[in-house]
Amino acid sequence: MSENRYELNKNLAQMLKGGVIMDVTTPEQARIAEAAGACAVMALERIPADIRAAGGVSRMSDPKMIKGIQDAVSIPVMAKCRIGHFAEAQILEAIEIDYIDESEVLSPADDKHHIDKTKFKVPFVCGAKDLGEALRRINEGAAMIRTKGEPGTGDVVQAVRHMRLIQSEINRIGSAAGDELFDIAKELRVPYDLVQYVHEYKKLPVVNFAAGGVATPADAALMMQLGAEGVFVGSGIFKSGNPEKRAAAIVKAVTNFTDAKLLAELSEDLGEAMVGINEKEIELLMAQRGE
Amino acid sequence: MLALQGAFIEHEEMLSKLGVESFEIRQKNDLLRSFDGLIIPGGESTVQGKLLKELGLLEPIRQLILEGLPTFGTCAGLLLLSKRIENDARSYLATMDITAVRNAYGRQLGSFYTEASLGTIDKIPMTFIRAPYIKEVSDSVEILATVDGKIIAARQGNQLVTAFHPELNDDFTVHRYFIDICGGE
Repeated sequence: MSENRYELNKNLAQMLKGGVIMDVTTPEQARIAEAAGACAVMALERIPADIRAAGGVSRMSDPKMIKGIQDAVSIPVMAKCRIGHFAEAQILEAIEIDYIDESEVLSPADDKHHIDKTKFKVPFVCGAKDLGEALRRINEGAAMIRTKGEPGTGDVVQAVRHMRLIQSEINRIGSAAGDELFDIAKELRVPYDLVQYVHEYKKLPVVNFAAGGVATPADAALMMQLGAEGVFVGSGIFKSGNPEKRAAAIVKAVTNFTDAKLLAELSEDLGEAMVGINEKEIELLMAQRGE
Repeated sequence: MLALQGAFIEHEEMLSKLGVESFEIRQKNDLLRSFDGLIIPGGESTVQGKLLKELGLLEPIRQLILEGLPTFGTCAGLLLLSKRIENDARSYLATMDITAVRNAYGRQLGSFYTEASLGTIDKIPMTFIRAPYIKEVSDSVEILATVDGKIIAARQGNQLVTAFHPELNDDFTVHRYFIDICGGE
C-alpha cells in the first residue's frame, strides 16, 4: 500500500467525524439508518447482541447481502472480517467495501496475528482497549481506531473504560520527558515513531471513535465528551422499540453533545431501549479477543 | 464554521494558522454572533443536510448566503450549495447555480490525490475523498479548476466550492482566496 493510499484512507475517517456509524442487517435497515442521519453503515448478517445469543462461530457476512446494502444507500458501507482472516479481507476488498472492520465481534481466525493491513488498498478500522493496542493496530496499517467496548450488551461501561484509558495514556505520553519515550515504546510494544507522534500532537495519528454498548443519546454524548470523535452504534438501534427515532436522536446528540437541554429533549419518548446485559452477567468478553 | 458533522476542525486549524478567528455553528443561536464568512466542511451531505433542516438552520443560512454572506463549501459542502444533484433527488441550500454529481468517482477505492492549477495559481495539492464533481454551471459561475476535464472548483459571486479538500494538505491557497472574498484579514 502506498503512503498516498494510506493518507486517503485516514482522510475518509476524518470525513466521518462527528457522525454515527450504525450496524444494519438488511437493505431496509440500511435505508432507515441513512434517512436517520448515519454517516456510514456497518453491513453484517447478525448484530452483536444476536451473535452473542447464538454462540458458535461467527464469520464474515455473505458478500451478496453486503452488496444489497451497498446498492441501497449512498453513504459509505463498512463490513467486518475476523481478526487475522486476511482472505475474508481480500474478499471484502474485491467487492469494493469502503472500510473493513477487523473485529473482535466475530470469532478470531488467528489468535496471534492481526491482518497486515498495509497490504490492502481499502481502509481498516480496528478496536482497542488501551493505547498500546491502538498503536499496534495503527502500525499494522489501521486507518481508524474505535474502542472495543463490550459489543451486544447495551452496557457502556467498557467503552468508557477503554476511552478513559486511551486518553489518560495519551496524556501521560504527552507530558513525558523526551528520553522517556524509548522506554514507553518498549512497554507498549510499539515503534518509537508512533510514541513520538502521540508525544508531539497529544492525540492518535488516526481518527478515534467510540464503540460497544452505546444505546442512548446520553451514552453517545458521554462518549463524545470523553474525547470520542464519533460513535458506532451496533445493537442499540435495531434492538430497540423505535429504531428510526432512536437513530435520529443519537445522530443529533453527537452533533450537540454538550447541550444538556437539547439532550433532554432528544431522550424523550424513545420507546424501549435494548434490554441490555450487565457486563458481570456475560461469560464471553469479546474485548479480550486480539490484543 | 458549520460544525454539524465532518472535517470542520481541519478547516479551523487552517484558519488559525492564517491568523483568522473562527467559531462553530451547531444550532440556530450560534447564528446570532457576527461573522464575515461561512465554511461548510466535508463529511456526509445527507447527514449535514438533514441536521441543517432539523436544527432549523437551513432557511436562515440560505437567506444569509442569498444576502451575500461569503460561503465556502468543500466536498459535501459543494453538494449542499448545489441547486441540483444529478444522481440524488435531494437538494439543500441550493443557492449556487451548478449541477453536481455525488460520489462521482465511486467508492473509497476511487479516492485519489493529484495536483492541478486553480485559476491563475500554479499547481496546488488536491485530495479527493469519495468526491463529487460539477457537471454543469450557469453563465454567472466562474470555473476555477478542472481535473481530467471535470470541473472541481468554481465561484459564483460570494460562493466558492471545491470538490477536493484543501483542509487536508498544508497548502493555504484556497483558504487565502476565500479570506479575500470575505474582505481580507
